[in-house]
Amino acid sequence: MTTAEVTKTQPTPHHKERKLIDYFTFNTDHKVIGIQYLVVSFIFAAFGGSFAEVLRTELSTPNPDFVTPDLYNQFLTMHGTVMIFLWIVPAGAGFANYLIPLMIGAEDMAFPRLNAVAFWMFPIGGILLLMSFAVGAPQAGWTSYPPLSLMTGKWGQEIWILSLLGGGTSSILGAINFLTTILKMRMPDMDIHSMPLFCWAMLATSTLILLSTPVLAAALILLSFDLLAGTHFFNPTGGGDPVVYQHLFWFYSHPAVYIMILPFFGIISEVLPVHARKPIFGYRAIAYSSLAICFLGLIVWAHHMFTSGTPGWLRMFFMAATMLIAVPTGVKVFSWCATIWGGKLSLNSSMLFAIGFLSSFLIGGITGIMVASVPFDIHVHDTYFVVGHFHYVLFGGSVLGLFAGIYHWYPKMTGRMMNETLGRIHFILTFVGLNLTFMPMHELGLMGMNRRVALYDPQFQGLNQLSTIGAYMMGIAALPFALNFIMSVFNGEKAGRNPWRALTLEWQTSSPPIIENFEEAPILWAKPYDYGIDTEELEEESVSELLAEVSAESK
Amino acid sequence: MKIPSSILTLVIGIVLTLVSLWYGQNHGLVPVAASKDAQEVDNIFNLMMTIGTGLFLLIEGVLIYCVISFRRRKGDQTDGPAIEGNVPLEILWTAIPTVIVFILSVYSFEVYNNLGGLDPVASRNNAPSQVAMAGHHHMMALGIGPSIDAKGEGSPLRINVNGIQYAWIFTYPDTGIVSGELHVPVNRPVQLQMAAGDVIHAFWVPQLRLKQDVIPGRETTLGFTPNLIGTYPIICAELCGAYHGGMKSTFAVESAEDFEKWVQANAPAPAETADTEKVAVNTTTLSNEEYLAPYAKEMGISSDVLLSLHSEHQHQ
Repeated sequence: MTTAEVTKTQPTPHHKERKLIDYFTFNTDHKVIGIQYLVVSFIFAAFGGSFAEVLRTELSTPNPDFVTPDLYNQFLTMHGTVMIFLWIVPAGAGFANYLIPLMIGAEDMAFPRLNAVAFWMFPIGGILLLMSFAVGAPQAGWTSYPPLSLMTGKWGQEIWILSLLGGGTSSILGAINFLTTILKMRMPDMDIHSMPLFCWAMLATSTLILLSTPVLAAALILLSFDLLAGTHFFNPTGGGDPVVYQHLFWFYSHPAVYIMILPFFGIISEVLPVHARKPIFGYRAIAYSSLAICFLGLIVWAHHMFTSGTPGWLRMFFMAATMLIAVPTGVKVFSWCATIWGGKLSLNSSMLFAIGFLSSFLIGGITGIMVASVPFDIHVHDTYFVVGHFHYVLFGGSVLGLFAGIYHWYPKMTGRMMNETLGRIHFILTFVGLNLTFMPMHELGLMGMNRRVALYDPQFQGLNQLSTIGAYMMGIAALPFALNFIMSVFNGEKAGRNPWRALTLEWQTSSPPIIENFEEAPILWAKPYDYGIDTEELEEESVSELLAEVSAESK
Repeated sequence: MKIPSSILTLVIGIVLTLVSLWYGQNHGLVPVAASKDAQEVDNIFNLMMTIGTGLFLLIEGVLIYCVISFRRRKGDQTDGPAIEGNVPLEILWTAIPTVIVFILSVYSFEVYNNLGGLDPVASRNNAPSQVAMAGHHHMMALGIGPSIDAKGEGSPLRINVNGIQYAWIFTYPDTGIVSGELHVPVNRPVQLQMAAGDVIHAFWVPQLRLKQDVIPGRETTLGFTPNLIGTYPIICAELCGAYHGGMKSTFAVESAEDFEKWVQANAPAPAETADTEKVAVNTTTLSNEEYLAPYAKEMGISSDVLLSLHSEHQHQ
C-alpha cells in the first residue's frame, strides 16, 4: 500500500511512503483502519465464496454426493455467517471509517483508539470462526435456531456464538464512533443538510446497530448457557421456548439486513451524481428515507417468523409494517433513476456496478414486497424463492454497491487508478453470473424446493445446474478483480487528487490523503452534489483546476 | 423521431400494462393448486406479479434508456443539467407505492382471513409451558385454522402430526391408523394438530400453498380442504439436521371410496382396537413409542431415534 505518511511531529509537504507494516499493526489512523477492514473482509469473502462454490457443486446433482450432509450443513452455516458478519458488515464499516472523517473535513474519528480496538476484534473473531472446522463447524444454519443448534456439535456452535459476540461488540464500538464523529466533528460550515448522503446512511446504520445488536448478544449468551450449562431458556425439554430465541435473533438480524444495505445505499448516492455529472435528485428525500428505513427496520423482525409460532394478529401487524418499507426504499430507487436521467454518464467500472446495483436491487425489492404478504410468504418461506430474494438484495444490492465503492474510491485510497478493462470484465462476469445464479432460484422455490438441503427432487436439476454455472461464473469474476486490486497498487495510472472531478471533501486532499487528512482546513465551496450549477463559470477551467487554485490561494 | 413524445409515452404505457397483465396471469411459476385457498394465494401472487412486472419493465427500461441515450460523448467534460429535485414528482412516487402496498396489505389480510389464519382458536398464542403440561389440547393451538369456506361443511377430519428427525408420523384418532403418509378424502376439511418430537420442523405442501412450523413444546395447527385428487409431496421446510432434505412424505388426496379402502387396509387389527383407541384418545406423543415400533422400520426410523424421543418426552 502506498498511503503517504507525514509524522505528526514533522509535517512536511513532501510525503514519505507509509510503511506496509503500519497496516499490520494497532494503528489509530482511520484511513489505515478503513483499508484494514476492507482488505481483511475481502480475504474472508474468498473463504465465504469458496464455501458457496462447494454448496453449488453439491447442488448440481440431486443426490448428496460431493460432500457428506453433515459437512454440507457446516458449509451452508459458514457461508451465511462469513458473508454477513465477516464480509458485508465489516466492508461497510471499512468505507465508513475511511470516508466519514474525510467527507466532513475532520482529522480522524472521534475515538481513534476505540476504533482500532473495534477493528482488531473483527479478524480475531473471524479466524476463530474459521478454526471451528477443526472441531466440527456449526451446522444449524446462520440463524442457529434451538433446539437444533443445541444438538449439533457443542464446540462448533460455541465458537460461532463467541465469534458473533466479538463481531457484535466490534460493530457497536464502530457505531458509537460513527455517530459521534458525524454529529460532533463536522467542519464548522457544514450543517447536517450539506453533509454527503453517505454520512446520512451511516447515521441510520449506526443507530440500528446500537439499538439492535445488544439484543443479539443477549440471545447468544442465553443460547450459550443452554449449550454449555444445560439451562433451558430455549430448550423445550425443560419448559424453554425456542420461539423466544427467534424473536430475539430477528430483532437484531432483520435490522442487520439494513445494516448491510444502508451503507451501500449511501455509496450509490455518492457514485451516481459524480459519474452522471448531475446533482442527486431529491437530497432530502434520500436522506430522510434512510431514517425512515431505520425506524421501520426495527419493527418488522417477525416477518421472518410468519410460519413460526406467531399468532395471526402479529403476522398481520408485521406484514403491514414490512410493506411500508417499500415506500422509502422506492423513493430511493426512483430518485437514483431520476439522478442519472438526462445526465452525462461515464460508463466506467464504478458506474457500471452502480447501475447494476439499481437493476438487481430492484428485483430484490419487488420480491421483497411479495414475501411481505403473509398468505404468499407462507408458501415460499424457507424455500429457494427466499434464497433468491435475499441474494438479490445482499449480492445484487450490497455487493454490487461495494464494488462500485471500491472502483470509485480506490484512486483516493491508493493514489492509483484501477484498470478499466479488467473492471469491465469483472462487471460483466459478475452481473451475468449473479442473474444466472439467483434468478432460477425463484422458480425453484415456488415449484417446491426447500432451502438448506443437500438432496432434492430430480425434477429441479435443470434449474439448479443453471444456478451452479452462474456461481462458477461469479467465482471466475473474482480473478480479474483480485488481479486488478493487487496489481493497480503497483502499476496503476497515477490518480491525482480528484480524478472524477467530484465535489465531496475527500477529493480536495491528496490521493492518498496525508495522515491528518487535510494540509489546510478544507473549504466548503459547494454543496456535495452541485454539479452543473457553475457550468458557465467553469467553461474554461475544470473543477479540479479550480480546486487546486482554491487550495493554493488558501496557503 | 417524428412521433410526438406524448403519444410515444402513451403507447409504451399501454404495451407495458398489457405485457404485465399477461405475464401476471401466465407466468407458470407455481405448481398445481390443490385447494380453493391455494387458488386464492395464487390470485394474490398473480396480482403481485402483474405489479412487479410493470415496475420491473419500467425501471429496467429507464436504466437501459439512460445507459444508451445519456452516455457521455467523448471529450465532453461539461456537467448535466442542475436538476436537484421535483417536489410534485417526488410526492407522486411516494404516494403511488403507498397506495399499492396499502391495497396489497388489505388484500393479503382478506386472503389470510379466508385461509383461516385469524381463526380465534387457531391463531391464539399460548405459553409453551401450558401446552407441555396439558398435553394435546385441540382447542389451544397456533397456526391456520379451518378455511372460512369450510365452516359448516361438517366436522373436519382431525389428524395428529408428529415431526421427528427425519420423518412425519400421521395418527388418525378416529380410526387409530398410524401412517407415514398422509391420506385424506377430497373435499372434506382437514385439521392437522402438529407437534415435534425433537427439533423444529415445518410442514409444507406446495400444492396447498400452506406451511407451518412444527415446534417442540408447542402445538400448531393447519386447516385446509383439498379439492383436487392427486399425490403431492410433504416437505420439511425448516432445517432439522443433516438429512433435512430427505424428510419427505406423500400427501394423497383420494376420492371418498379410495380413502375408505385405504382406511380399511390400514386400520389396526380388531384385537388391538381397544389398545389403539386408548392411544388415539390420549395422544400425548410419548405414548406413541411402543405403538410405532412396527412402523418404525418402514419409515426409516431407528430404535435409537425412538428411544431419544422417548427420553426427551420424559423430561416434559
